Amino acid sequence: MTHRSDADPAPVLALKDISKSFGAVRALRDVSLELFPGEVHALAGENGAGKSTLIKTLAGVHRPDAGQVLLDGEPTLFHGPADARDAGIAVIYQEPTLFPDLSIAENIFMGRQPRRALGRIDHKATHAATLALMKRLGVELDPDRPARGLSIADQQIVEIAKALSFDARVLIMDEPTAALTGSEVARLFGVVRTLREQGSAVLFISHRLEEIFQICQQVTTLRDGALISSEPLDGMTEEDLVRRMVGRDLDELYPKQDVRAGEVALSVRRLTREGVFTDVSFDVRRGEIVGLAGLVGAGRTEVARAVFGVDRWDAGEVELDGKKLTNGAPSMAMAAGLALVPEDRRAQGLVMDMSIERNIGLTGLRKTVRAGLMDRGAERSRSLDWAVKLQVKYARIADTVNTLSGGNQQKVVLAKWLATGPKVLIVDEPTRGIDVGTKAEVHRLLSQLAADGVAVLMISSDLPEILGMADRVLVMHEGRLTAEIARTDATEETVMAAATGRAAA
Amino acid sequence: MTVTAPNPAPAAEVPKSSGTRLVDRVFKMRELAILLVFLVMIVITQIGNSDFLSEQGIKDLLLNATILVLVATGQSLVVITRNVDLSVGSTLGISAFAAGTYLEGGGNSVVAVILAVLLGIGCGLVNGLLVSLGQVPALVVTLGTLYIIRGIDSIWVGSRQITAAGLPDGFIDFGSGGISAVPYLALIALLVLVATAYYLKHFGSGRELYALGSNPEAARLAGIPVRKRILAAYTFCGALAGLAGALYLARFGNVDSGTGNGYELTVVSAVVVGGVVFTGGSGSVYGAALGALLLTSINSVLPALGVSSVWVLAINGILLILAIAVDRIVALRVATALKKRNARHG
Repeated sequence: MTHRSDADPAPVLALKDISKSFGAVRALRDVSLELFPGEVHALAGENGAGKSTLIKTLAGVHRPDAGQVLLDGEPTLFHGPADARDAGIAVIYQEPTLFPDLSIAENIFMGRQPRRALGRIDHKATHAATLALMKRLGVELDPDRPARGLSIADQQIVEIAKALSFDARVLIMDEPTAALTGSEVARLFGVVRTLREQGSAVLFISHRLEEIFQICQQVTTLRDGALISSEPLDGMTEEDLVRRMVGRDLDELYPKQDVRAGEVALSVRRLTREGVFTDVSFDVRRGEIVGLAGLVGAGRTEVARAVFGVDRWDAGEVELDGKKLTNGAPSMAMAAGLALVPEDRRAQGLVMDMSIERNIGLTGLRKTVRAGLMDRGAERSRSLDWAVKLQVKYARIADTVNTLSGGNQQKVVLAKWLATGPKVLIVDEPTRGIDVGTKAEVHRLLSQLAADGVAVLMISSDLPEILGMADRVLVMHEGRLTAEIARTDATEETVMAAATGRAAA
Repeated sequence: MTVTAPNPAPAAEVPKSSGTRLVDRVFKMRELAILLVFLVMIVITQIGNSDFLSEQGIKDLLLNATILVLVATGQSLVVITRNVDLSVGSTLGISAFAAGTYLEGGGNSVVAVILAVLLGIGCGLVNGLLVSLGQVPALVVTLGTLYIIRGIDSIWVGSRQITAAGLPDGFIDFGSGGISAVPYLALIALLVLVATAYYLKHFGSGRELYALGSNPEAARLAGIPVRKRILAAYTFCGALAGLAGALYLARFGNVDSGTGNGYELTVVSAVVVGGVVFTGGSGSVYGAALGALLLTSINSVLPALGVSSVWVLAINGILLILAIAVDRIVALRVATALKKRNARHG
């Protein structure tokens, strides 16, 4: 598998003992990395392991506190993204940053357009050069089409074409496949192989382990900002890699209790929201954790929002304990016993500048009222109660939530909703961007809630989390429910196949 | 594995690559639509009042539009970068007075125009520096400079007034003269307009203004000197406001401390009606110029049709909201069309 030849032993780009801190958080500690031409190098690690910081250091966005960036063996200092680009380093982000109003050709050549006399842009040459790049990548995109409305996959192709246009020697791909369908991934991998054969060094980041094994030769693993290992993938198993990433066995991370499912608590029938999701039907029973899997943009969050009443639905119905919910009425859904822990806790789940106690108290405003006025004492004791139950780590309950770590913020959101005593709890990406320890705690909590008879619907893009926690897995693809898989039958393959629409629906 | 979605409805039929053509057509048509509205309005007025399109009538129409076209051209550059310059009215006023004072003292006409432009450049530089370095919203910064420049103007001018009698005859003649129905001032505005449009389309730094208005973060990542470009846009906008001040003096021969008061809102209206998107990245100076022509023509059309001029402001307002509403609806429709297309291809 290893393509590194003895004739070309020098890394084109290397990091040596890099450290970087943000305030009190040490994002990277003495991390080293070497990228060789003609090699696809995987960067593995959990969310929050420091992958993004490492990429941004390579891309010249962050300047390291300590350590060196070596370009062709020479210590280099990038003052900004332009320096890194001039050095031949290109980054393709999961959500590419294009100019939506400009054409594909302009997006690729912005700032470096071919010129005619008097410094004028040569539009014809730009068009031709773009066509040539598209041909080299083996894709068909109209150079004059505006970037607005391109699919994520096509946007990434534009980014790669841009990288090629300035002869990038190092290509960094940050979770490029997260939002792609199966055929789009295949096309992307074809492009990556072509680039590798042409001698580029590629750093590839993905949460899908099978992709790492499919396309990479070398892997570097980070955990909590520290380098765990850097080794050839040859002879490694997925289990080896997971152990390096997680630092413990998976059972511990997913403490799922076996619970006998009770009667149906939440019933969704043929729910449709025009152009967003279509004909979605499912049940969630008491004591059950139902996982809702799918790719980013498949419509999972939108279904949850509609069920809770934040968005209206166009057709179908939602029943909670046999009672129909009104379309577009979140307060009614709450009163009926439904709780929704949203995907983006900073924007939707919390008032960041408000104290912990008041954030938890927000859902109980009506219950903690005495003679028409807020009973601050009752609010505080209720909040303290839940903060302790969920082991939120804080200095004082009156501190604002933006002083907390991501994991503890997530616990505050959970506390806020659990305080309403829900019968059905919908959690959207409950552990995104939080550290492994807190993640395990959140999982234990969800498992305990189910054991206590709460019906839990868990939306997650984290496949191991879905497989580890869910009694049943529902899979969405492009706005439709494409599969329902029992815990015993659920594997990465079956879920991904349904999520990417490869399964015969 | 069980399947819970048994009968998928067929996806809506959208012809291949309709997204591309639709988007293209919409942006090309935006200018055409304004031109059409303008022409229809002129034709209706001509039918209602046959004197409307006399040589003098056409000349007035063009003269009235000239100054607004100039300032709107400058403003477009700033709006394209996702900023705004509210101080153009004040800049116009103070430049006009400066040029007038100099001419009253027996100065040379060309030097007076250069003086006005330089003063405008000065104001533009201040705005540009504050916006690009201060990282403060342009709306607030230029609202501040609007009052500061107006304040300085008021203190300096006091109750004084510049009248045509104090200005050189050649200067005033130039302001009202022209080649048959086309005034010299309109020719200057047209020259500036065409040059600016050419620059925006054919020069790298011009395209970069669109890029940084379209996605500032991506512009930064692409290594575009964002601050420098914003500074340049404001400086250019200031220069044109200064030039407009000199032309205002030539046209009306009358300047006091209130000259150009409230003009910034007319300018912004013209730009937005002309299809320059207020959130940056899209639109053309030709559109803005047509917007300016449309708004100023209403001033002439209503009296010609015997409608009270008190309606002018209300109609301007309606046009503005209509323009924004049309843009919004078109944007939504395009987005839906593209989404459907992508869904089919995905």
